[in-house]
Amino acid sequence: MASEKIIKNLLKASSVIILLIFAGMAYSMIKGAIPAFKEFGLFGFIFSTDWNPTEGNESYGALPFVAGTVITSLLALVICFPLAFSTSLFIAEYYRKTKIATMLSTLVDLLAGVPSIVYGLWGFYTIRPLIAELGYSGQGYGIFTSGLILAIMIIPYATSISNEIISMVPTELKEAAYSLGATRMEVIFNVILPNARSGLVAGYILALGRALGETMAVTMLIGNANIIPTGLFSPGNTMASVIANQFGEADGLKLSSLIAIGLLLFAVTAAVNAIGKVIIRKYA
Amino acid sequence: METKALIGEKDNSNWRELKNKLFFGTVVVLATLTISPILLIVYTLLSKGLKQINFDFFLKVAPDTLQAMTAVRNGEIIPGGIANGITGTLFMVLIASLMAIPVSIVIGIFLYENQGKKYANLIRSLTDILQGVPSVVLGLIAYIWIVQGVTKGFSALAGSVALAIMMLPLIIRSTEETMKMIPISIKEAGAALGVPYHKIILRVMIPSGFSGLMTGILLSISRVLGETAPLMLTTLGSTTVNFNITKPTSAVPLQIWEFYNNPNMIDLVWSSSLFLMAFVLTLNIIAKRISMRYS
Amino acid sequence: MNEQMLQVSNPILSIIDLSISYGEDKYAVKDVTADVKRNAITAIMGPSGCGKSTLLRAINRMHELYPNIHTKGGIKLNGDSIYEMSTTKLRRKIGMVFQRPNPFPTMSIYENVIAGYDLNGSKLKKSEKDEIVESSLTDVGLLDEVRDSLNKKGNFLSGGQQQRLCIARTLAFKPDVILMDEPTSALDPLSTAKIEDLLVELKEHYSIILVTHNMSQAARISDNAMFMYLGELVEYDKTKKMFTNPRDSRTEGYLTGKFG
Repeated sequence: MASEKIIKNLLKASSVIILLIFAGMAYSMIKGAIPAFKEFGLFGFIFSTDWNPTEGNESYGALPFVAGTVITSLLALVICFPLAFSTSLFIAEYYRKTKIATMLSTLVDLLAGVPSIVYGLWGFYTIRPLIAELGYSGQGYGIFTSGLILAIMIIPYATSISNEIISMVPTELKEAAYSLGATRMEVIFNVILPNARSGLVAGYILALGRALGETMAVTMLIGNANIIPTGLFSPGNTMASVIANQFGEADGLKLSSLIAIGLLLFAVTAAVNAIGKVIIRKYA
Repeated sequence: METKALIGEKDNSNWRELKNKLFFGTVVVLATLTISPILLIVYTLLSKGLKQINFDFFLKVAPDTLQAMTAVRNGEIIPGGIANGITGTLFMVLIASLMAIPVSIVIGIFLYENQGKKYANLIRSLTDILQGVPSVVLGLIAYIWIVQGVTKGFSALAGSVALAIMMLPLIIRSTEETMKMIPISIKEAGAALGVPYHKIILRVMIPSGFSGLMTGILLSISRVLGETAPLMLTTLGSTTVNFNITKPTSAVPLQIWEFYNNPNMIDLVWSSSLFLMAFVLTLNIIAKRISMRYS
Repeated sequence: MNEQMLQVSNPILSIIDLSISYGEDKYAVKDVTADVKRNAITAIMGPSGCGKSTLLRAINRMHELYPNIHTKGGIKLNGDSIYEMSTTKLRRKIGMVFQRPNPFPTMSIYENVIAGYDLNGSKLKKSEKDEIVESSLTDVGLLDEVRDSLNKKGNFLSGGQQQRLCIARTLAFKPDVILMDEPTSALDPLSTAKIEDLLVELKEHYSIILVTHNMSQAARISDNAMFMYLGELVEYDKTKKMFTNPRDSRTEGYLTGKFG
């Protein structure tokens, strides 16, 4: 049938858009980043800690932002894990298929619907003053504040994947352990965790992928300092937040450097997400 | 076989049961802690944001700082609203939807029709990667493509393109998943009657998957409504209502970003956040309702 | 009606007026009273949904794992009420084998056999563990088949071998009672025959309660049999007597294939 062929070709043609977007993204970002890489060298750029926009003396490097991104995201993961894992145990194990579990998971889902900028605003006016009161950082900006907000932001993603993985552990195995006299906690640690391990790892890797690229909330809370963080309460910048913070006044070499950081961020998140997806696919 | 007594183990069952209870307690405490932020956020937004929500909020543009300062000093509510942001958000999301929805549905159908084929798998993987690209990076892309390349300046079009690229993967994957859920028999029934292929898609597949498609579309819109970073890099913001796609345009999240650190405007910022959050949640709820009613 | 039921002297287990309901008034088990004979196989039969599995699970209190379940009445193990014991202790004394073989896929064969002790946090010496594993696997006739792969995961074993591994896991505790919930329903006839032979050997040292869908299996290997219908214990007698001369018309109907 002729019409069938035409339609099939049309469908195929539409899919080329994805290829074009990808090729275009890669081309534009690389082209935009080349001036920075040329000036400072690829590794020189990635491993330099300079950030000096003074004209004639310009020098830019990505290391502080790579460090800031890695540290805040890992901190977020560390804070997120006990919370998300407990919530998943509550929803998918202790109160499985009950009304209270549905209620809890609806509330957790709501977290995913809160726009990043609202997290930033809320963090700015409620979390930041609390951290400031602790006295470790003057106004409460910094790595810890950002990590905490990031943790809250990735909780719904980590939880929903953990829920699925935990509820996939076969009932027969849990019952076998119970029939041997295990307590619920022992079942969780000896049956559920070992059976769900790779799925959980993938879930937290995907959550990490989210944290790496989060922009607004971090931008509002991290303190906008172009240095490698010196401690938990030190200010800093992430790859995403430095783009947001510095983009407004950027042109020339600085703009190119920001695009180069964007390219780096793109590569890192794509890699992290790909790893997570591969593990999930193997698992399912 | 002989039944012999258990080897000399200590009876640890009391301790184990205590540990079990303590662990359960910890789980409950941590789960409660997990949901407390959403309750606190909703509470904060409601308690601080409600008082500015009135007709002016929707009909007037944002005041300048001086007007706001005067009002705050006199203990009045801030005059004006966020009409420039609301219209800008709706305008850009509309254009983004027009660009993203038809293409995404077609690509989604393509993926569904080509299960297991290498090329389709490549497209699917790229779509997955696209979904993981941080929105700020998409902002950079739209800046390079549209702001530098087309409109030669910050523009609504650039913002819409960034949002559209964000929507693509969400709708593509939800379309594919929806199509997979339609019983193959429905498709075959059409084919058996000699219905041409494009009509099967248009008259059979899309209508039977309509609720799924709608859910995916609404969820993707609710995802991009609150996006700030890509708009900062592309549309900049505007103090007036603008419907020209080549001109800078405001958006609700942009207004929050612009004023969040301004003590005179903060009441308006809370109201904007409340509005944004309510808008996003409403879309989410409608989407869930639709998917529940039809599945 | 009780005087028509089988009377057992020195029973290992006494079920007394046991009723189990889901929610408010949906009874899965209704007023069941029965004594279970020591060192014998007692079969529980009945059409699906008759409450036989729930009754079995009430004996090691596995039914309590699911919410909204109410239990009335009592069960005594050697005269001690099981509802006054901790479940951790109770389940060491009353083991359970399930419908589908369920060895732990993340553990080796060796670890599976000793899993009860490990799960219970018992610190055993290696030599003690070795002894338990060896004797349990010997008891189920699996030792020779798996001697060289004790440290491998058990997923290469056949269904029948896996089920015997699960029985070995239960035997490791030397329980007083072994509950079996249709243990051969997922197995082929040859494996089934092996397991049936094994059960007959095991009853020398253990008391076995066997829920089965398979009437001929009950007839072949059980000493006593219960017939349940709609949650009630309709008839409880010596297996031979029940099969040759059922007292209740419902039992007769079931045994002759009129329903089930």
